Amino acid sequence: MLHDIGTVFWRDWIVLKKRLTKFIFSRMVAPLLYLTAFGLGLGRSVNLDSGSYLDFIVPGIIALNSMNISFHSVISIHAERVYHKSLEEYFLAPISATAFLIGKLLGAVLRSIISTAIIILLAKIFGANFSLSITFFAVLILNSVIFAEVGFFAAMKLSSYEEMAQVNTYILLPMSFMCGTFFSTAVLPEVVKFLVDCLPLTHTSLLMRSITHGGDITYTSGLILICYASVGFLACLKAFQKLLEE
Amino acid sequence: MIEIKNLVKIFPHRNANKNYTLKTAVDNLNLSIRRNEIFGVLGKNGAGKTTLIRLLTMQLSPTSGNIFYDNEPVEKNSAKIKRLIGVVPQHINFDQELNVGENLELHARLFGIEKNLRRKKISDLLEYLELGDCVNENVRKLSGGMKRRLLIARALIHEPQILFLDEPTVALDPQVRRKIWSLIEDLQKKGATIILTTHYIEEAEKLCQRVAILKTGKLIALDTPKNLCEKFAAKNLEEVFIKLTGQKEQI
Ligand SMILES: Nc1ncnc2c1ncn2[C@@H]1O[C@H](COP(=O)(O)OP(=O)(O)OP(=O)(O)O)[C@@H](O)[C@H]1O
Ligand SMILES: [Mg+2]
Repeated sequence: MLHDIGTVFWRDWIVLKKRLTKFIFSRMVAPLLYLTAFGLGLGRSVNLDSGSYLDFIVPGIIALNSMNISFHSVISIHAERVYHKSLEEYFLAPISATAFLIGKLLGAVLRSIISTAIIILLAKIFGANFSLSITFFAVLILNSVIFAEVGFFAAMKLSSYEEMAQVNTYILLPMSFMCGTFFSTAVLPEVVKFLVDCLPLTHTSLLMRSITHGGDITYTSGLILICYASVGFLACLKAFQKLLEE
Repeated sequence: MIEIKNLVKIFPHRNANKNYTLKTAVDNLNLSIRRNEIFGVLGKNGAGKTTLIRLLTMQLSPTSGNIFYDNEPVEKNSAKIKRLIGVVPQHINFDQELNVGENLELHARLFGIEKNLRRKKISDLLEYLELGDCVNENVRKLSGGMKRRLLIARALIHEPQILFLDEPTVALDPQVRRKIWSLIEDLQKKGATIILTTHYIEEAEKLCQRVAILKTGKLIALDTPKNLCEKFAAKNLEEVFIKLTGQKEQI
């Protein structure tokens, strides 16, 4: 099992290694824009009770970035399934669906960690104040797993590339802005707040913000993320095994 | 060696009006494949050859019926049986992000081949299939014939005892085709069992000890090429094939 997970991860690592420099540079663009536009530009005119707006949005940027990275890191499986058919190799091999899924999730987590490290570095250069801890990384990994699962599930179920792009438009993009990344969800109207509170990214933002600012950790948020990750895992396994019927 | 009992595969099929209909690709098939034979599966386009191979190689689960390898049902022992099987698919299905050598290495790793054996096996096979210079080549840049040979190299890495070849010689030049024929015969001499589909009936006649002819998922003939010719008073297997599957294309 471990060996099989390693093989699936090895493949993703080889692919990433080939364009590691490109990956790192391209990963710097969005955070740089966010930090400049919202942190320095807009941030100057925003007054918060505690700390600067820059400090406020850094955890939000990390949360939304890790969501995007891990989602996009697995959606190439869609092309492998539909166009290149290279997923067939894994069905012929004596490896389990679980090993395949875990290997792919690890690949996404790795990319997410690399790009988070870049943001942390940039944010420090921009002069943001925040502290990191083990719990922060646990939340980061959990968030990456959840959105890698979203991407994996979509890649198993959707038939065209356009539909894959729609997942980004209708699910990830709204979450990027609504889930406590750029502003506190406390200011939202009751109904909207309730809906937003159901989404995983809200809890990632909340947790990351309180961890980096030395606040209390809300365990319910952690629990909600764990639930999302577990349900996602099972749904992905099922979707993968379902491919054997077509 | 391989026993197929009442095997059925029905696909849901969405037609032009977006209604679901059912498409029976493999229709109540019963047959057995013997150890060490070269077994041909013939049939027109859409007859169910590829579906049958996908069922036998556990890439597809049957709607009903059973498959046994040495009397063991496949679903019970899939990991063990998968190690015995090699598959050369009809379509090119390499990992586009990996080069030639990496594609082979992925396969070797998936089949648990030890690190110190991997390199040697890969270079030996590439040499054998005259792809020696291509290890670091992008798979997209290979010619059609080179891709086909690479598919075969990949299927052989873990030394399968049973090899499935789905139209392995399609679009190959005569030299390469002959090379693949002799490779198939070599493998048989080494003890492998080979299941082959092809539209070149003379190829099946030359290579196969027995052939099965499928028509819309049903088995309509199964025997040695020689017996089939005698039975249908035909001068070659191609004549038998045309007699049995009809002159005109029925679409
Ligand atoms: N995944 C699928 N979903 C729906 N229908 C399918 C699927 N795969 C095959 N079919 C249908 O099943 C039938 C048998 O297809 P199959 O690919 O097994 O034929 P074949 O004998 O290999 O043909 P060819 O000589 O063209 O390769 C065809 O009518 C095909 O349209
Ligand atoms: Mg076919």
